[in-house]
Amino acid sequence: MAGTWVIVEQRDGNIRKVTYEMLSEAKKLGDEVSAVVFGKSVEGLASEFAKYGADKVYAVEGDLFAEYNTGAYVAQLAAMIAEYSPNAVLFAHTFNGRDFASRLAQKLEAGLATDAIAVELSAGKGVFTRAIYAGKALAKVEVATNPVMATIRAGVMEVVESAGAGAVVKPAVAATATDVYQNIKSFVPTVSARPDLTEAETVISGGRGCKGPDGIKLVEDLADLLGAAVGGSRASIDSGWLGHELQVGQTGKVVCPNLYIAAGISGAIQHLAGMSSSKFIAAINTDPEAPIFNVSDFGVVADLFKVIPTLVTELKK
Amino acid sequence: MKVLVCVKQTFDTEAKIELKDGKIADAGINLIINPYDEVAVEGGIQLKEKKVVDEVVVLSAGSDKAMDAIRTALAMGADRGILVKQDTSADEYARAVALAAAIKEENPDIILAGHVAADDGSSQVPTRIAEILGLPHINVITEIEVAGGKATCTCEADGGTLVAEVALPAVISSQVSWNEPRYPSMKGIMQAKKKPVTTADAAAADNKVTIIEYAMPPAKQAGIKMEDEPEVCATKLAEWMKNTVKVEV
Ligand SMILES: Cc1cc2nc3c(=O)[nH]c(=O)nc-3n(C[C@H](O)[C@H](O)[C@H](O)COP(=O)(O)OP(=O)(O)OC[C@H]3O[C@@H](n4cnc5c(N)ncnc54)[C@H](O)[C@@H]3O)c2cc1C
Ligand SMILES: Cc1cc2nc3c(=O)[nH]c(=O)nc-3n(C[C@H](O)[C@H](O)[C@H](O)COP(=O)(O)OP(=O)(O)OC[C@H]3O[C@@H](n4cnc5c(N)ncnc54)[C@H](O)[C@@H]3O)c2cc1C
Repeated sequence: MAGTWVIVEQRDGNIRKVTYEMLSEAKKLGDEVSAVVFGKSVEGLASEFAKYGADKVYAVEGDLFAEYNTGAYVAQLAAMIAEYSPNAVLFAHTFNGRDFASRLAQKLEAGLATDAIAVELSAGKGVFTRAIYAGKALAKVEVATNPVMATIRAGVMEVVESAGAGAVVKPAVAATATDVYQNIKSFVPTVSARPDLTEAETVISGGRGCKGPDGIKLVEDLADLLGAAVGGSRASIDSGWLGHELQVGQTGKVVCPNLYIAAGISGAIQHLAGMSSSKFIAAINTDPEAPIFNVSDFGVVADLFKVIPTLVTELKK
Repeated sequence: MKVLVCVKQTFDTEAKIELKDGKIADAGINLIINPYDEVAVEGGIQLKEKKVVDEVVVLSAGSDKAMDAIRTALAMGADRGILVKQDTSADEYARAVALAAAIKEENPDIILAGHVAADDGSSQVPTRIAEILGLPHINVITEIEVAGGKATCTCEADGGTLVAEVALPAVISSQVSWNEPRYPSMKGIMQAKKKPVTTADAAAADNKVTIIEYAMPPAKQAGIKMEDEPEVCATKLAEWMKNTVKVEV
């Protein structure tokens, strides 16, 4: 086999955790593992990937790659695939990763398994498990086109440190300014001291039961104590208590944290789609019949306005 | 200018999923327009209302049943429909090839789609269509401004908001927060029956991906559920978080 490539997700040198998850998983599969990182000047990041088993680091550098843009990235990666013939290429199932992988797959007239939660790779073939119907069923799919390509869901695979050589390779730049067809006008980062919803170890979500900004404030206080991300059900997003980017569920984000706490959320099927694969789930709800309890490891039937303040005090002890 | 909206018919998001003979059972399931595509249809209609475009065409690939999805979009206010008859077992590649062939015939200025189908969830088809047609694309938009042969879109990117501009024609996929889709009015439903819908056979393409098997996810065991004074509950929950989950404060 000619190795597994992991496409790094980074912005301004901040590497998304899913990159390490993919490197760790690729390492387990046995073949040579390479990290492929794009950016203005990214060679210095190589040691970061070596820590998680990267034998090689392809550093694709230049002004053209300073920010993700589909045209240049696809042209460049397609040229590198032609030159180095990797067996498999893994992307993160993120805003950029999905876009990158889909356009490249079509350019190569290849198959692509998106949002994979399990990976098996062999020479010329990949078998991937995908959650479909918002997690209500699983599909095992085979991709046997060349190279084998998939996007990987964040938070599912374990991060394992293992030393790799991290040898830096500087591939020839094949993309040119004429490959660019999206004019990126601006990127405004969400200002939040909290971790990203899809990367957080712990997520505390508030629903309609929070009744307004005061209830959401309680959720936020608990989140800040734990260094957790804040999320919400559609009801609290539609009510304007939280921004849409914080919606968890079928038409929001899919999260798989170590701990998910649902406060004042009934557990509608569309909400469960976004959080039921979390490792531990706790729920606070006044209605003992709320469906959220069916998926909870620890449920308390009580008023969140009374539970959360005591919980915060207890946790601080 | 003309806008074409790709709509996929999907299972109702409430649908209970079961396997029958190793396949996803579809008997008795209520079918809807993919929620993201409903938003794209609304986006297209709003462009017409703003006089940015003068025609809204909806395109769906699927079985005869998909006609219902097209009629719903027409009832919302789209002008005409195209149904590309294709087996459900087409993968993302074959789907994109079929849709792209139909789009090419129409030559629209703006191609709208959902950024993901709520059932199969691939997030591939719109971007693949753009590549096949050699057009620019932008995904996951929450706003669009069309002027001077260009579309400027606001997108919900990871960790922030991105604004990007592309020259038209282009493929643009929606995020649900873009708009609030209207319900078809009674008048709309009546009119939809008279609006033209053409059918075509799908361009031939072989799948690139093979489904090996479907399975149900492992059932989650319900855990502890306690009913007590809120303070007692909170104390127990804190203990569980510290001892079992091992959270660090
Ligand atoms: C196409 C489609 C897509 C959707 N996508 C999503 C999605 O992505 N994400 C999503 O979340 N929803 C989604 N929904 C909406 C979903 O169906 C539910 O309407 C929504 O999840 C309900 O939010 P909720 O649980 O906060 O509110 P409710 O269902 O109203 O539940 C509020 C809960 O709070 C409890 N409560 C009230 N007071 C208190 C208190 N003082 N203390 C503790 N508990 C209290 C109540 O017992 C109740 O269980 C979608 C719906 C559709 C049709
Ligand atoms: C071997 C194989 C067998 C399969 N068998 C079945 C099966 O038996 N039954 C089944 O339901 N699915 C089946 N599928 C899944 C089916 O292939 C997917 O529907 C298809 O791959 C498109 O992916 P998606 O729906 O996830 O689209 P996404 O890429 O997530 O869709 C994004 C957007 O593209 C547009 N779009 C997507 N599909 C259409 C469409 N048909 N018409 C118009 N616009 C569209 C919409 O705007 C949509 O919002 C099978 C897949 C494979 C690989």
